Amino acid sequence: MNSTLIRAARMPDGTRGDIAIVDGLFADPADAVSPSTVIDADGLLALPGLVDMHTHLREPGREDAETVLTGSRAAAAGGYTAVHAMANTSPVADTAGVVEQVHRLGRAAGFTQVVPVGAVTVGLEGSTLAELGAMADSGARVRMFSDDGHCVWDPLVMRRALEYVKAFDGIIAQHAQEPRLTEGAQMNEGAVSAQLGLPGWPAVAEESIIARDVLLAEHVGSRLHVCHVSTAGSVELIRWAKARGIRVTAEVTPHHLILTDEEVRSYDPVFKVNPPLRTEEDVHALRAALADGTIDVVGTDHAPHPAEHKCVEWTAAAMGMVGMETALPVVAHAMADLDFSASDLARVMSARPAQIAGLTHHGSLQIGTGANLVLVEQDAAHTVDPDLHATMGRNSPFRGRTLGTRIVDTFLFGQRVYAAGALGAPLAFTEAGPWND
Amino acid sequence: MKHLLSTADLSRIEAIELLDTAEEMSLVSTREVKKLPVLRGLTVVNLFFEDSTRTRISFEAAAKRLSADVITFSAKGSSVSKGESLQDTAQTLSAMGADGVVIRHSGSGAPHRLATSGWIDAPVVNAGDGTHEHPTQALLDAFTLRRVLAGLPASGPADGARGLALDGAVVGIVGDILHSRVARSNVHLLTTLGARVVLIAPPTLLPIGADTWQCDIAYDLDAAIAEHSFDVVMMLRVQQERMQQAFFPTAREYARRWGLTDTRARALPAHCAIMHPGPMNRGFEIGAAAADSPRAVVLDQVANGVSVRMSVLYRLLTGQSAAAGGREGQS
Repeated sequence: MNSTLIRAARMPDGTRGDIAIVDGLFADPADAVSPSTVIDADGLLALPGLVDMHTHLREPGREDAETVLTGSRAAAAGGYTAVHAMANTSPVADTAGVVEQVHRLGRAAGFTQVVPVGAVTVGLEGSTLAELGAMADSGARVRMFSDDGHCVWDPLVMRRALEYVKAFDGIIAQHAQEPRLTEGAQMNEGAVSAQLGLPGWPAVAEESIIARDVLLAEHVGSRLHVCHVSTAGSVELIRWAKARGIRVTAEVTPHHLILTDEEVRSYDPVFKVNPPLRTEEDVHALRAALADGTIDVVGTDHAPHPAEHKCVEWTAAAMGMVGMETALPVVAHAMADLDFSASDLARVMSARPAQIAGLTHHGSLQIGTGANLVLVEQDAAHTVDPDLHATMGRNSPFRGRTLGTRIVDTFLFGQRVYAAGALGAPLAFTEAGPWND
Repeated sequence: MKHLLSTADLSRIEAIELLDTAEEMSLVSTREVKKLPVLRGLTVVNLFFEDSTRTRISFEAAAKRLSADVITFSAKGSSVSKGESLQDTAQTLSAMGADGVVIRHSGSGAPHRLATSGWIDAPVVNAGDGTHEHPTQALLDAFTLRRVLAGLPASGPADGARGLALDGAVVGIVGDILHSRVARSNVHLLTTLGARVVLIAPPTLLPIGADTWQCDIAYDLDAAIAEHSFDVVMMLRVQQERMQQAFFPTAREYARRWGLTDTRARALPAHCAIMHPGPMNRGFEIGAAAADSPRAVVLDQVANGVSVRMSVLYRLLTGQSAAAGGREGQS
């Protein structure tokens, strides 16, 4: 019996207690009589391992930007015990073969549970449904489908996708971006874009798709997940849809909770992202929505890029920011002024995403479930230095910022993959194990 | 003032100093030997990633009249077309010993990136970036307008404009504001100098967010002409490609509603000057009567462009301000 006892950790509800891990599952501390490892967590906060519904691991195809291994290490360093790998790889993850490849690479890496996301349409082209059933039935057991990076703009294709995945309780994660309204778009459309002379990405391009999609989801009775919500108007639409009983869930990124389009005045492409950074008013609406549950989850939209895609002029630069290793501290920082407790952090970064994605071994500290856990030091001011990150991407917009929360340990099914602030040994995902449940 | 990237960065005093130095420079252009030795031995690189013969030769003339060596680098005949990055280009020029870089780029913010990225240490002059700014165009417009307001010849040597601003002047800028770097630079500079700017355009060609600018906005050109006593109207060029993008129904409808037709030219106050950054689409945004009228100062703008660019290069490459340097150069 392999057992670990974590002593005197502070729980999300504010109480203090011991946490026991036996054979990769949470156990009653009374049953861990002679633990093989004892960890003193006095002063540390224990959260269920974080779950990211939105990550770009770039492999296969862009191994110069990130690999499943380096992305998995970044996940462990950020406290993530499960990450959903988006489908916009090369080749696109639109077949059982590709999702199984990503799944297998994730298992081989052993630093986090990599959950492949399948493309909704062939080649992310928005016209023909990919073999969603085959991906659902594959070894990767895909349940979430997304053309992320592209919007499923055709209303009929979106309707069919929403309907079709009901057969296996799937969910469509929409990248809400009306393509015609955002041709050539470079940043949020508003006072700053007017001055900077950069083509605008209007809020209405996001909101009009969300409005359409929640109505479609209602009509066909399907589950819809809205990726990276970025505007105050989108929040209002989702609030309305939820009040109406529509099965919609929503995500916000850490960067949209803290950065605004004022950053673009520097013309530094590290701030170029899609959807773009919005206004102060949007930031406040997103924070409030995350606090009141209108927005369900935080997803990182971790998007590593090689330096040459960012060391160029703004208009030529790639969109995207890395985010897994700063997500928890950034969210804690962004929500500090609101009444947002450790259990709220656990809800939006672990419990809700696990629930939406159907990951039964993630999202709680409940005895008998997978021992996926992160230990966090809360008053540990440190300066973000992307050069020290595990991801290959250096495109962090938080370089030089001082943040207060630090990841100390990450346990993946009991394996201490991140140990006292450094990468530990990976988990051997064997043929038999709770991860196969 | 290390770079000239945006007219928003210029204080009223700095702007007046640049215009005053340009007055000194305009004297040089009338001399038998049109040259000052002030930048002798220095190299100015014209880095043109976008075609613009007019602006490029204006900067070339300006640099040469200050005795600088000029290297022109246009993207078409360079390695940029082979995928070389802005960073590599900048560092290459730096290694060759550029003392100043004049950059024209189709991407908004490229000059800013060049100036702030640490790739090159030389002063950077924005010669037009995307739909952002074109500061030297605004300076030459301000220079020309200052002459007109003072009742002086619009170009050539003249005494009496030095030290003046544009307080109380009313300026109409008409046309494609959305895509115009000239309009953005002018709104900043002319208001800094005390003028009141009225932008007149179809709503589709005004940026969302323009209501935060320090200027008035109107859709109806006839109403604006009736309402304001313009000292100058500036007609912006409408690019051919906008017509395919459905910003307005047809070229004829645009010309009828926003063109400076002969009738509208007659409706302007008698003292009102007519400007155009060139090249003009005759019969479209500007009619023949306006374009050829004695009140049109389009060619004066071109002449003043050289003086203003001499002033900017002199200021940035020698670090000297005000007209003192210009006088010293004449000796």
